[in-house]
Amino acid sequence: MSDLAGPSRGLAGRSQEQMTDLAGLSPEHASGEVGSLSASASELHDQVGPLTPSGHLRRRQLISRLVEASQTTAALLAVALLGIVVYSVASRAASVLSFDFLTKDLAPSGAPGGGIAPAIIGTAVIVALATVIAMPVGILVALYLTEFAGARAASAIRLALDLLNGMPTILIGLFIFGLLIVGHHQSGFAGSVALAIVILPLVARATQEVLLLVPPSLREAADALGVSHWRTVRGVVLPAARGGILTATMLAVARAAGETAPLLFTCSIFANSVSVNPFGQLGLPNIPVYIFTASEAADPYGFARAWGAAFVLLAFILLANLGVRAFANRSSSGGRSP
Amino acid sequence: MSGATRLAGVLPAATRSRARSADRVWDGVLYGLCMLASVLAVVVLGAIAYKVISGASESLSRFGPGFLVHSTWKPNFGSFGAAPFLFGTAVTSFTALLLSVPIGISIGLYLSMVAPQRLRRVIGPLVEMLAAIPSVILGFWGIIVLAPFLQAHLEPFLHGALGFLPPFGAPATTGSGLFNASLILTIMVVPIIASISRDLFLTVPQELQDGATALGATRWEVLRGVVLPSAASGVAAAAFLGLGRALGEAIAVTQVIGAGSSINASLFQTGDTLASRIANQYGSATTTLHVASLFYLGLILLVIELLVNIAAQLIARRFDVQRASAR
Repeated sequence: MSDLAGPSRGLAGRSQEQMTDLAGLSPEHASGEVGSLSASASELHDQVGPLTPSGHLRRRQLISRLVEASQTTAALLAVALLGIVVYSVASRAASVLSFDFLTKDLAPSGAPGGGIAPAIIGTAVIVALATVIAMPVGILVALYLTEFAGARAASAIRLALDLLNGMPTILIGLFIFGLLIVGHHQSGFAGSVALAIVILPLVARATQEVLLLVPPSLREAADALGVSHWRTVRGVVLPAARGGILTATMLAVARAAGETAPLLFTCSIFANSVSVNPFGQLGLPNIPVYIFTASEAADPYGFARAWGAAFVLLAFILLANLGVRAFANRSSSGGRSP
Repeated sequence: MSGATRLAGVLPAATRSRARSADRVWDGVLYGLCMLASVLAVVVLGAIAYKVISGASESLSRFGPGFLVHSTWKPNFGSFGAAPFLFGTAVTSFTALLLSVPIGISIGLYLSMVAPQRLRRVIGPLVEMLAAIPSVILGFWGIIVLAPFLQAHLEPFLHGALGFLPPFGAPATTGSGLFNASLILTIMVVPIIASISRDLFLTVPQELQDGATALGATRWEVLRGVVLPSAASGVAAAAFLGLGRALGEAIAVTQVIGAGSSINASLFQTGDTLASRIANQYGSATTTLHVASLFYLGLILLVIELLVNIAAQLIARRFDVQRASAR
């Protein structure tokens, strides 16, 4: 700040030399005529203090360039990390990835071979059920925030959603364990409810943002025609926001598919074969818990399978993110403001 | 235009009087459902807190607040204390934040101010993808890829250069430990801080930056003197949100921290955080007191997490208000 405050103070009584420095030229350019005259004077009395050129400019520009270089490095580091992680997963998964791997049952610990079909199907069932639970609730909460709530109620609910969003997922796991598992048994349904709590604030907050972007003119047109509130919501507001809601839901699904902590106490005991019943006696096999369990056990075959499972999960999540981004770009370039 | 054509379908029905009374009912139904869903969201939050407290009750009444400073955790002897895990949580989160705040802000500045437009559109999404990697995969990567590298290269190097400082003690045998956990948390937090701060920097008025440039400020002086100060509170909120993420991460930390139960000054030794201790001992807990003590750890985590998140929201809201009134 002090460097910037300097120029505004003393711009009036400034010599040619300093003005050219301000314009971004190096002091040497200006020092031809004026510099030799004022050199002796400025040694005795420094009139403009912090803005005296005296080689400072070069240092300042050097610092500026160094900082820019370090910022570029930081960004490249992040991208490189993404590349390293994806490459590590892909290169280690290559040895197990095959058609069999995607279609066979889970193998017991310590044995070679086997696949992850039950885990893929189980994860799909759990996440789909969680989405079915959380998506309508999330959209209704968002509608309440934008259509009905007063300022105070809205800010309280928004705070609750943000706190829910910031809630450690391991605590959501503990909560569902205490609510549904104690005295009963693990189930895919319990896992779905836990994941639904992860999805709910994501869908609600993002949907609310989209609803706020629906042009007021559409709503006003409906009002002017005497259309009732619920018909406006059903026929105008929600259709206009449909793309955004789908985008938000897809991102939430991608996030939930990779969550391990909520499933650890609710859906971590499962058979090695395909099951699609979320209310069965055991939990549903799922990829995140499968990777976690394998990573904690010292079994080389398990490690290899875990890398394969990690690759499948990572591919789904990254492709979902890319797809959503492409979809959002296309619909925003189609006229709606982003 | 498109709105009007959509309305054509609903218009005739809405003009009929019988339909109008039905409309009133449906208006009420919609309101009721929305209300109910919102109440449900708030109730879930309350229910989580209630379940965690009631699960911890046995341990709460047995140990009281002394649990926080008690430093032994021996399930077989019925002796439980949270001090090692508070220490582990504080150290890993603090180290992660120390690394990720400057890196995250740098990336935010790069993506909003420095990078050419075309690069922004490529690098921005890639940085956000880093946040999309599931924690269990990052943790697995931490064990298999990062840990051997730390053990063989980075830890001996840091010990050699900075070994006179207690945090940089002799490297352990596996590479799992507080340092590894801190680095994994850093990878998780950087994209959060980067994307929030990038969005903040983009809202800094262009005239202010142009003014500083016209006065002769270099690019960095514009960033330091204008962009950073006017986005400071938002960046602080972003850091708090990142801290919340680091404090609560259970899975990846469990995988790489080595599950130690003692307090070590060296970052290269094993440890455990509140969240990771819950994750790695829940399955093996046999006594009710052990389970209750794990819930007690959860309660401490819940309180810390709520405080951090509320702080982030308060800062962010104050910032929003200032922005809105400045426009």
